[in-house]
Amino acid sequence: MQSFVSSLVSVAFHGLAYGMILYVISVGLSVTMGLMGFVNLAHGVFAMAGGYVMLTAMNKYGVPFPLALALAFVSVAVASIVLERLLYARLYTAGDLEQVLLTIGLIFMAVALARLIFGTLQQPVYLPGYLKGQFALLGRDFPAYRVFLIGFSAVLVAALWFGVERTRWGAKVRAAVDNRPMAQAIGINTSVLFSGTFALGSGLAALGGGLGAEIIAIQPVYPFEHLVYFLIVVAVGGLGSLRGPFVAALLIGVSDTACKYWLPQFGAFFIYAATIALLLWRPAGLFGKA
Amino acid sequence: MRMKLTASIAGFALAAISGLAAAQTVKIGVLSTYSGPTTAQGDQLDKGVKLFMKLNGTKLPPGVKVELVVRDDGGANPDNAKRIAQELIVRDKVQFLTGVVWTPNAAAIAPLAAQAKVPFISMNAAGVAIPYSSPYFARVSFTLWQSCYPLGQWAAKKFKRAYIVVSDFVPGHEAEEAFTKGFKEGGGQIIGAVRVPLANTDFAAYMQRVKDAKPDVLFAFNPAGKQATAQMKAYADLGLDKAGIKYIGPGDLTTDEELQSMGDAAVGVMTVHHYSAAGDRPANKSFVAAYKKEFGQNLNPGFMVVGAYDGMQLIFDAINSLKGKMDADNTMAFIKSYKNPNSPRGPIAIDPDTRDIVQNEYLREVRKVGGQLANVELDTIGKMLKDPWKQFNPKK
Repeated sequence: MQSFVSSLVSVAFHGLAYGMILYVISVGLSVTMGLMGFVNLAHGVFAMAGGYVMLTAMNKYGVPFPLALALAFVSVAVASIVLERLLYARLYTAGDLEQVLLTIGLIFMAVALARLIFGTLQQPVYLPGYLKGQFALLGRDFPAYRVFLIGFSAVLVAALWFGVERTRWGAKVRAAVDNRPMAQAIGINTSVLFSGTFALGSGLAALGGGLGAEIIAIQPVYPFEHLVYFLIVVAVGGLGSLRGPFVAALLIGVSDTACKYWLPQFGAFFIYAATIALLLWRPAGLFGKA
Repeated sequence: MRMKLTASIAGFALAAISGLAAAQTVKIGVLSTYSGPTTAQGDQLDKGVKLFMKLNGTKLPPGVKVELVVRDDGGANPDNAKRIAQELIVRDKVQFLTGVVWTPNAAAIAPLAAQAKVPFISMNAAGVAIPYSSPYFARVSFTLWQSCYPLGQWAAKKFKRAYIVVSDFVPGHEAEEAFTKGFKEGGGQIIGAVRVPLANTDFAAYMQRVKDAKPDVLFAFNPAGKQATAQMKAYADLGLDKAGIKYIGPGDLTTDEELQSMGDAAVGVMTVHHYSAAGDRPANKSFVAAYKKEFGQNLNPGFMVVGAYDGMQLIFDAINSLKGKMDADNTMAFIKSYKNPNSPRGPIAIDPDTRDIVQNEYLREVRKVGGQLANVELDTIGKMLKDPWKQFNPKK
């Protein structure tokens, strides 16, 4: 019994860490798809770009980890505004197929570009000393890096929730999600709101890419390889909500880890079975509006 | 009419000349992976071929030229590989097929090469049974039995209880079987085994499972690359090293090209393999120096680079021996008696009975040498070792 409880704690812990990373990367996608109705499959590109910016700053220029992480957030957010104005904005009114084609094309270009600049191998991650090693607590060891991941992401989630639920900006965003023409009619500049929100979503993806670089390796095919996971989080969580993807990411992280720990012969199959079951039950996702 | 006649005579003449020229050009079809999620491996193979061509591309009999026909197989995809090989054989009329990172692809091509009587040299694909499916197949890379079976025997002398974590595809299964046989024969006990899907990213759950089972040693296999790195990081992250669980496996775990990105987590990991960039042989030192000069001082050649390089060497030696007059059966006869005492990995040969590689297997440990991680060779635990699997399972 003792050992069962302690493995339960381990599974919950590792699942939480993995789920948090998935959430931070995917939440932006939920916002773009829900808020702007834009099918941005290239979302993973921003996560990868964040990873590359952070690791290049750390490995080449010796920038400390927290600063490099902030740099990844800011630079990717700014770059995404340029992309949004230049490319995305043109297709806001276009159909899903055009948007999918554009963003898939963007992935191909990003993959080729990353390969050209950084080569095919993954980028080495050298974490600062204070994030290495383990904490011992209640007879279990907890890796410092994953503790940090959970703590940092929790703060981020709280800040996001506060921003959307309790600030004027959040009220505007929610208004625009619910009814864009009406929001515009009462004087909300939805175009500026969209750019800002898009930048925030991309910046968060970059943050997730940088934070998770130790677990999800930064290499050129990143946006393709993990696209399915990002889409699962958004689909299961429901479009346009913040809470939905959060619950979905934790559910996926914890159940995936639990299945690997107790039933490894089923491997990564469980996550897909769970997704199918959940979507059959609630086609619009856990917190989506049908 | 007259015009037509002249034209057709000229045409015949041209055809005759080009026919002559074709006899002097040996075409080599190279299949590698340049697109898709596994380009890192294809890139290694490509660099080996390029380095060989740069250093030795003109060492041919007078009047003989070599033409490489390079094709992208897009990753492990047997149907696609088969189609490309067919094109290379039928349309490009290649006299050699080579390259091939992935076992499923090589297994699909080998019967085709047998039908068309085209010598097929695997530079990497290591599936242990492939040579049985074609008499025109030979391999210069390795088999997992070659490294994992002696590793199991060695480990049984040091450890009692082993846990096995391998990737869930054919090479992973072969590694598991080979290690299990060697370890059990030596009196060791396997207390658990897990197969990890290839699409896995987070290894924490698996490593936690291993940690809670408290083995003396963890035997692992992942395909060379980011998965091996992710698993090793999870191993260190969860403190399995501090819990006294030794990490061992074939050299795929600590490939030279990836080693630096694994960080200190890799220090102390013990592997058995046929090639290390840190190998202390003159042929290897000049090879590594040439590689760094060509592709960058921070890069180290991995075993796939050496596989590709040695594969090209074998093909060039065959062409030189036959003076450019290529004939499949003569080529295979040459290959069966092939020996190269000076490969960067040490002496190699082709086993005449199985056409598989014969080479030394080294026991290595990851150590820091001059601030860089290196696979330091400690001992040669298999001297000119043939593939053990084929000795247990001779072709009927």
